[in-house]
Amino acid sequence: MSAYEPVLLRRLGKKECQSIAGYRADGGYKTLERVLREMTPDQVTTQVKDSGLRGRGGAGFPTGLKWTFLPKGHPGPVYLCVNCDESEPCTFNNRVLIENDPHQVIEGIILASYAIRAKTAYFYVRYEYGFGTRQIQKAIDEAYEAGILGNKILGTDYSLDIFVHRGAAAYICGEETGLIESLEGKRAWPRIKPPFPAIEGAFRKPTIVNNPETLANVVHIMDRGIEWFKSLGVPPDPKNPRDAGSYGPKLYCVSGHVNKPGIVELPMGVTLRELVDKHGGGVWKGRKAKGAIPGGNSMGVIPESEFDIPLDFNGPGTVKALGLGTAAVTVFDEETSIVDVLYNLCRFFAHESCGQCTPCREGTGWMLKIVERIRNGQGRREDLDILEEVADRIGIMPGTTICGLADGAGWPVKTAIRKFRPEFESYLKEGTRGGVRLKMAGAH
Amino acid sequence: MSHPHTPVSSRNLPPIPGPLSAEIRGQILALLPRYPSKQAVTLPALHLVQDSVRCVPNWAVEEIADILDLSPAEVHDTMSFYGFFRTEADRLGVKRLWVCRSLACSLRGADELLEKTAALLGVPVGGTTADGTITLELAECLGACEGAPACMIDDEHVHDISDMTKMTELVTRLKQSSANKH
Repeated sequence: MSAYEPVLLRRLGKKECQSIAGYRADGGYKTLERVLREMTPDQVTTQVKDSGLRGRGGAGFPTGLKWTFLPKGHPGPVYLCVNCDESEPCTFNNRVLIENDPHQVIEGIILASYAIRAKTAYFYVRYEYGFGTRQIQKAIDEAYEAGILGNKILGTDYSLDIFVHRGAAAYICGEETGLIESLEGKRAWPRIKPPFPAIEGAFRKPTIVNNPETLANVVHIMDRGIEWFKSLGVPPDPKNPRDAGSYGPKLYCVSGHVNKPGIVELPMGVTLRELVDKHGGGVWKGRKAKGAIPGGNSMGVIPESEFDIPLDFNGPGTVKALGLGTAAVTVFDEETSIVDVLYNLCRFFAHESCGQCTPCREGTGWMLKIVERIRNGQGRREDLDILEEVADRIGIMPGTTICGLADGAGWPVKTAIRKFRPEFESYLKEGTRGGVRLKMAGAH
Repeated sequence: MSHPHTPVSSRNLPPIPGPLSAEIRGQILALLPRYPSKQAVTLPALHLVQDSVRCVPNWAVEEIADILDLSPAEVHDTMSFYGFFRTEADRLGVKRLWVCRSLACSLRGADELLEKTAALLGVPVGGTTADGTITLELAECLGACEGAPACMIDDEHVHDISDMTKMTELVTRLKQSSANKH
C-alpha cells in the first residue's frame, strides 16, 4: 500500500497552520463559500448522510442520519453543540486538531450548522485544554473579523455565532445530554432518553451534538465528495448485518508502553498490530506487548494475540471488546500485571461516575474495592465471578442506568477477566508474592 | 466527579473581602446575551471568580445567584458537582499543579510520581503548600497521553515529567514564579 497522505492533519506543523491567513492560503473556507452559495441545507445533510460518515466521538452513530432526526420545518432555534469534552482516557485527537488547525474545525462547525439550520453553536471544551481553548477562541475572533462568522457570512443570507463554553474537569460532560445539562449551568447529570437531543436538547430546543473530528471530516466530504470519502476505509462486514461500514480517515492515538507515543491519521481499518509496530514504533525496551485497550478505557482490554483486528467500527467487536470507541490505543507490556491495569481502569470509573444512577455509583465503587483487595493480596476465589456479574449488570445495555458510563466501566472488567483469567487466578493464588504489595505498573 | 482533597484549614488565611469587583461583574453580565437562559452563565461565572480569587467564596455564590436570578443553593448545587471549584476555607495556592494518573501516564510511572510529589511538597493530594504557592491535584487523564507522564499547571500541559528530577525542577520554577507574584 502506498503511503497515505493525511487530510485532517495535512497542515500540522506547517508555518501559519493556526492562523486564518495560513488556512485561507491553503484553500480554507473555499468549500464553505461554495456550499453557502450553491447548496441548500438539505443537500448538505444528504451528502454527509450518503458519505457514510460515522461520529468520531466513540459511539459511531451515522452523522448525517442524526441530522435528519431534527423536526422538519421547526421554527427554531436549533443548536449545534460541539463536544470537545474529550475526556476518554488516552484520547487526544481533538486536542491536536484545535491546537494546530482550529480553522478546519470552525469551517466544519459552520457547514454543519448551515445543514441543520442552527444560528448558534456552542463549543463545549474541557477545562484541561487551556491552550486549545485559546487557539479556538483566537480563530473564532479572526473568523468574525473576516466576515466568516456573525451576520451574513461571506455576504450570504446565512448567519451564525459560535460561543466557547469551558467545562470544569468532569468526564461525564462528554456524554451528550450530560454536556447539555452542564452547558445549561446545572450538574452534568445525563438525561433519560428519549427524547433525544435532536428533538429536545439544549434549552429544550432541537440540538445536534457532534465531535470536532467528525466536523473536520464534514469539510472534506463537502470538498472532495462522497466517492473520495468512501474510497477510504472499509465497507460493511457482510457477517454483521448491523455494521454500517467504516469510511474515511481516522485519527489514531497511540500511547502507553510504545517507543513513539503520538497521533497518526490513517484510513479506517488499520490493524492494531500495524498501529503499534509501525506507527507507535513498537513496544518499548525491546519487550513484547501483553495487551492493549483498543479505543479508550471504556472499550475493554484485549490480549496481544488479538492484535490483528482491524481498528474500524466493526473490528474490536469481533473479539468481544465493546467497539472502536475513540480509536485511542494504549499498550501495556509483558511485565505489566493485568491486575494493575484493571485497578487503574476501575479507579478511573469509580472516580468519574456522576452519582446519578445507583447501579453505576455503587457498582463502580464495588468493582474498584474488589480489584483493590485482589491487588493487595486479599482476593477471594469467588471475586472474579462477582466482578463479572457486576460488570454485566450495570449499564445502559442491561438497562439499569441512564447513560453509557457504566457500560464503559463494565467492559474493561469483563474483558480483562475473560481474556486474562489464568493470570488473575495465579495472582489470587500467589497473593502478594511473598507478602510484598506489588508496585504499580511503570515502577518496573 | 469530586476530588478527594483534604482541606488545609491550618493555613489560617484571612477572609477574602467581597463584593465582586466591577470588572468581574461586568464580565459576567457580558456573557448573558450568549445564552437563552441566565443559568447557563453559572459555569463561566464560577470560572471568572475562581480565576480571580483562587476560590469561590460564599458571598460570590450569592452574588452570582443574584445576577442570574437563581437561588444561591442552585449555584452551589452546580458548583459542588464539579470537584474543580474550591470554597474559601480550601482556596487554591498561586499555582495549581495537576499530576495525571490515568492509564497512559500510570503505565509510565505516574502513581509513584504523584506520591513522591506529595512528599516533596509536604502536602496530601488536594492540599496547598504552607507558603501558599502550590496546590497539588490528581487528574483523571489530561489528554496529553503522548507526553506521559503528563502534568498540568493551571490549564497548560507539561509533557514528560518522567522522573523526580524533572518534577523538582518544575516545582522550583513554580515556586519562583509564584514568589514574584506575591
